[in-house]
Amino acid sequence: MIDARGPRWSAGLTSIVLIIALITRSPVLIIIQLVQFGIGAFAGPPKSPYAWLYKKFVQPRLSKNFDSEDVRPPQFAQLVGFVFALVATAGVLTHTWLVFTIATAFALFAAFLNSAFGYCLGCKMYLLGVRFRSV
Amino acid sequence: MNSAIIVVAVLIIATGYGIFDRKRTGKIKPKVDSRHQILADEIGGELGEAATVLQFSSAFCTPCRTTRSTLASVISHYPKIKHVEVDAESNLQLVRRLDIRQTPTTLFLNSVGKEIARAVGAPKRDQVITALERI
Repeated sequence: MIDARGPRWSAGLTSIVLIIALITRSPVLIIIQLVQFGIGAFAGPPKSPYAWLYKKFVQPRLSKNFDSEDVRPPQFAQLVGFVFALVATAGVLTHTWLVFTIATAFALFAAFLNSAFGYCLGCKMYLLGVRFRSV
Repeated sequence: MNSAIIVVAVLIIATGYGIFDRKRTGKIKPKVDSRHQILADEIGGELGEAATVLQFSSAFCTPCRTTRSTLASVISHYPKIKHVEVDAESNLQLVRRLDIRQTPTTLFLNSVGKEIARAVGAPKRDQVITALERI
């Protein structure tokens, strides 16, 4: 169980990084985001760089009473983000701007929903994915 | 310039969708579909004497936990109503037949296992009470 505010804060930072990446078309920013998503998806959200920033600078200033959540839902969301960021990285490195823009826009859409509304991507996508996979 | 417009558009669409999703989530809607009858052995046990509240959950789902505790605490006041939680992924046949698309999805079944209402997303406590009183 983890502090449920952590993933939402990380999604907020992710949104900001993706907005700047979209506008500047910066390969460095999208690769930073790809690494963040990759560590979150494969090693777990608490091991990611944004989680480190959260624990170091944000959590100490917040209330000690917080909702906890299972680590698996945010981990699933990081995996979805990773796939979009991978496509966006391929787009930026090959200067295929349409691909880069669409992939980054989708990642921003999901990250913003998560941050602003606590949107649960795994709730909506996972079961449909399983149903589709094993038809 | 172009990218800035895309950023603004994504944020507006995401906000609209987030508000829409928050409004509809957890609403308990009446549903009468004669195909949606569940037998006791399909959910691994007995149906409730007066009614059964059947919750579909998955691993990547934060509101499933909230739903579990809301339903358990409300239903504890109704000795003839039973709360059953099943893992959607390991009951795919049932999930397909009942057309469960996301988690948590909660089905309100009458005494013979016919679906009379359903909530997609975490239902609110007072709505659950209203729904149970109607059964």
